Amino acid sequence: MAGFLPTLAELADGGHEGLHTLYISPLKALAADIRRNLTGPIAEMGLPIRVEDRTGDTPHSRRQRQRADPPHILLTTPESLALLTSYEDAARIFKGLRRVIVDEIHALEESRRGDQLMLAQARQQTLCPDLRRVGLSATVENPSAVARFLARHPDPCAIIHADPGPAPDIAMLKTAEPPPWSGGGGAYAIPAVLAQTRQHRTTLIFHNTRAQAEIFFHKLWLANEDALPVGIHHGALSREQRERVEQAMVAGQLRAIVCTGSLDLGIDWGDVDLVIQVGAPKNVKRLVQRIGRANHRYNAPSKALLVPANRFEVVECRAALDAVRAGDLDGDPRGSAPLDVLCQKILITACAGPFDTAALYHEVRTAGPYAAISRAQFDDCLDFCATGGYALRAYDKWKRLLFKDGKWQLRDPRAARNIRMNIGTIQDADLLKVRMHRSRGGAPLGEVEESFAASLTPGDTFLIGGQIVRFEALRELVVEVSRDRGRTPRVATFSGTKFATSTQLSARILRLLQQSEWPDLPRHTAEWLALQRKVSRLPRPGRLLIETFPHEGREYACLYGFAGRNAQQTLGLLLTSRMEEERLAPLGFVAADYATLIWGLEPLTDPAPLLDPTRLAAGLDGWLQGNAVMKRTFRSVATIAGLTPRNLPGQRKSGRQATFSSDILYDTLAKYDPDHLLMRITRAEAMRGLVDFARIEEMLTRIGPDIDLLRLDRVTPLAAPMLLEVGRVPVEGQARERLLAEETERLMSAAGLT
Amino acid sequence: MDASHHFEFQGCTLTARPSGALWWAKARTLTVSDLHLGKAERMARRAGLQIPPYEVQDTLQRLQSEIEALSPTRVICLGDTFDDMEAGRAVAIQVQDWLTRLQSGREWVWIEGNHDPGPLPLSSAHLAELTLATLVFRHIATPETGEISGHYHPKAKLPVKGAGAARPCFLYDERRVILPAFGTYTGGLRTSDPALSRLMGPRARAVLTGPRALPMPMPR
Repeated sequence: MAGFLPTLAELADGGHEGLHTLYISPLKALAADIRRNLTGPIAEMGLPIRVEDRTGDTPHSRRQRQRADPPHILLTTPESLALLTSYEDAARIFKGLRRVIVDEIHALEESRRGDQLMLAQARQQTLCPDLRRVGLSATVENPSAVARFLARHPDPCAIIHADPGPAPDIAMLKTAEPPPWSGGGGAYAIPAVLAQTRQHRTTLIFHNTRAQAEIFFHKLWLANEDALPVGIHHGALSREQRERVEQAMVAGQLRAIVCTGSLDLGIDWGDVDLVIQVGAPKNVKRLVQRIGRANHRYNAPSKALLVPANRFEVVECRAALDAVRAGDLDGDPRGSAPLDVLCQKILITACAGPFDTAALYHEVRTAGPYAAISRAQFDDCLDFCATGGYALRAYDKWKRLLFKDGKWQLRDPRAARNIRMNIGTIQDADLLKVRMHRSRGGAPLGEVEESFAASLTPGDTFLIGGQIVRFEALRELVVEVSRDRGRTPRVATFSGTKFATSTQLSARILRLLQQSEWPDLPRHTAEWLALQRKVSRLPRPGRLLIETFPHEGREYACLYGFAGRNAQQTLGLLLTSRMEEERLAPLGFVAADYATLIWGLEPLTDPAPLLDPTRLAAGLDGWLQGNAVMKRTFRSVATIAGLTPRNLPGQRKSGRQATFSSDILYDTLAKYDPDHLLMRITRAEAMRGLVDFARIEEMLTRIGPDIDLLRLDRVTPLAAPMLLEVGRVPVEGQARERLLAEETERLMSAAGLT
Repeated sequence: MDASHHFEFQGCTLTARPSGALWWAKARTLTVSDLHLGKAERMARRAGLQIPPYEVQDTLQRLQSEIEALSPTRVICLGDTFDDMEAGRAVAIQVQDWLTRLQSGREWVWIEGNHDPGPLPLSSAHLAELTLATLVFRHIATPETGEISGHYHPKAKLPVKGAGAARPCFLYDERRVILPAFGTYTGGLRTSDPALSRLMGPRARAVLTGPRALPMPMPR
C-alpha cells in the first residue's frame, strides 16, 4: 500500500488524464487483491481515481475498453504488459504514465518473466521518458543486483532498507507419527495440522506442488471431523474457483487454505495467524516469504510451522530453520539474460509498427538484464526473427520481417495476431481444461496435463480442486467429468515447478550431517542417520560418497553430491552417457536434491575416470546434443523465440498425423545447423537452468580425487528413499534396446504370432 | 545380425526395414511412403513460420542410403511425397539434379496422395495406383485385399517403459500392409486410434522402426 502513496497524492486533485501508475506483480491473484485493497480507501476518501486490474483473467471486452480509455492506476502482470506494448497505439495507451511499481521484484528478478518485464519497461521509458520505477520486496539477498536489474541502465538506483520487524516464531511441527521414508505429501501430519488449525483463526498450508496440495486437501477433508471450513487454491484451478476461495478468505469464512506458490506473495489476507509449510522449503528466501504471510501487522512476529514430508526433509527443515534464524538468505547469481526473450521482444516491437535497428538496440541496452548485450548478439536475434537465421538461406520469399524505407516491419501484418497470441515466457506443459459434464452445467474446474488426460479411460476418477470427479469424455479438447464419491481417486499431474535446494542450504545440511549426534533432530531421524553411519557412512563436505549395491536384479550406484535436484540430474545424464560409452549398460537414473541414483545391467567399479571434470566438460557438447533435457529446453526456447508458437488462430488439433514434435526440429538442427541461434540459446539455458552445470563443475572441482566408493550388499538407509523417488529418467541406449527386443519377442510368442 | 523384419504377405516375402522403407527382394522393389517434402516451405508460406529448412535434404539423404544399400530396380513413392502441390513444384525444381541421380538406371513410380493429387513437373510415371503380381500399391487403404498403402503415419506405443513414447511402425495383417511415414517432418497416429484399429484384423502386427525393426502384436 505504501508504494501507492505518492500516486494517490499526485492524483488527488483530479487533474491527471489517462494512465498515471502501472503496478506489476508476478501473480494475477496479487493484482486482484491490491485492487480490492486500493479501491476501499480511495472510495472512502472520495478521491477521483480509477483503479483496474488487467490480467489473463480479465474479460476481452474490459481489456478493449482499458485500451481505449486507460484507468489512472492499472494493476497487471509482465505478460499483459508485454501485450500492451505490442499494440500500434501503445504510445497513446501509456500517455501520461508517471510511475511503475514492480512488486515482489525478487520473484521476477530470477526469471525470464522479469527479463521480459524489463524489456517492456525499456519500451515504456522510450514512450514516456520521465517515468519513475519503484521495486518492492521483503526478501532480497543482494539489493544492488536487484537495483541494476530494475533501473534504466546506466542510471543509478536508490535503495531504501525498511525495518525488518521482529524475528519470526518458527519451528518444526511435532507429530505423533514419524514422517515416511520417501514421498512429498506430508499426509502423516494431517492430525497435527488439523489440531493447529483448530487453535488458530486462519492457517495457510503451503505445498511445493499442485498435485501434493490436491492430495493433502482431499485427505485433510476426509479427516476433518469438526467440518472446519477449509479451501484449496492453486494455479491450475479455474479462475471462478480461485476467486471464490479468495473472496471467502477475505470475508474471514475459511479456517484453512491448502495452497501452493499461487499464494506465496504479498496478498494481504490480514487474519492469517499461522503458516504451515508442508515439504522442505528448498530455498530459505521462499520460506521467509511464506512465513511472512502470517500476521501481516507491523511489529507482530509471524508464526510458522514446518512439516518435513520425509526423513531426509527433517534434516533439510532443521537446516532451513537455522538459516532463517541466522538471517542467511540464499540466491545464486544469474548470468547474461536469455536471447529467446529478446527474439520475442523484437517480434513484439514489430507488431507495434516499423522500427529502426539502432534505436531498438539502444532501447534494449537500457534494460538492466540486457545492458551488456553486444550488437552482434542483437543482430543475430534480429536475423532469426527476419529470416529464420539458418545457414541455408531458404526463406527469402517468406521472410517474417522486411527491411523497407530504412525500417524493419512485418512482411505480413496479419502475423501480428499470431505473435500476440504467443506472448509470454511461462512454459507450462500442454494443459486441457476440465469441466463438469454439460448435463451438469459444464462448470469449469481447472486444468490437467494433456498426457494425464490421454491416460484416462471413461470411469476413471481423479482429484481436482479438492473433489473427486469421474472422467466421462474428452470432447473438443475439454476433459468432461462428473461428480463421484467414495472411490480411491488417481491424482492429476500438474506442471508444478520442481525447485532445487539452494547451494547455501545444501552446504548447511552437509554440515549438519557431520555432527557426532543430533539432539536437535527428532529421534527417528537421528536414528536413521546413525544407522547409515554404522552400515555405510555419511556424506562429507569436500568428498564425494558413492555407494553401489545390487537390488532386484539391477546394479545400482548412488552418488551423494548435494548439488541440488537439477545439478544431480545433470550428473545423472553425464555419468550415464559415459557409462554407455564404457558399455556399462545403464538403464536409467533418478535425481533428488542430495543424490543421484543410477541403475543398469553392469556394476560401477571405477568411477574416478568417469567423473574426471575435464573429460566430462569435453564430452559435454556431444552429450548435450542427444539428451532429453536438451530437447525439453529447446522446446521452450523455440516457443519463446517464436519458432514453434503454442497457439495459432483457427488451429485444428485433430488430424494428429499432420503435427510433429519439436524434438524432430531439434534433431534436424543438431545435424545440419548446430550453431543456429536457438541451439546456442538452448545450450546456454540448459547449462544454467535445467542442467545447472556450474554446480556440477563446482562440486567435482571441490572434491577432486576425493571419491569414496563403497560396495555394499544391499540398499543403505540413505539410498533407500531414492528408490522411491519419482521422476525417473530413462537412458536410451544399448541396454534399453536389449530389453525392448526381449519384450517385443515375448509379446509375439504370448500372442501366438511367431 | 539382420536388423530387418521379413514376413510373408499374399505369397510374397517382404522386408520391413528399420528405416521405415519396405523392400520386396524378389521384385527388387523399394517402397517408401509419405515423404512430405516441402513441409517447411509450406509452413513458411501458410503460417509465416520458419522451421529449419533441412527436411528435404534429410529425407532424400535417408532415401539415398536405402537405395545405395539395396540397388532396387524399382522405387515406389506411395503418395504424399510432397506436402502440397505448390511445395511440390518448388522442391522439384530445387532438388531436380538429386532426384535425377537417384532415378537413373531404375524405374521410378510416383503414386498420388491426398496432399499431392495432381501431376508434378517430375520425370517418371505418376499414377493413382499400381498393381504388381498379387500386390496393389496405393496411398490410402481401401477394403481391397493385397494392398500396400501409407497415409496414416502409424506409430506404436512402446511396450518397455522409458524407451521413449512411441515409434513410427509398419502395420500388417493377412490383407494389408500400412507403411510408416518416411519423411523427416512427419508426426504419427497411434495404432490405438479407431481409424487404424478398424482397418487392421485381430492378428495384425506392428513392426517398430528404429535401430532394429522389431515386430510385436499391434497395440490396440
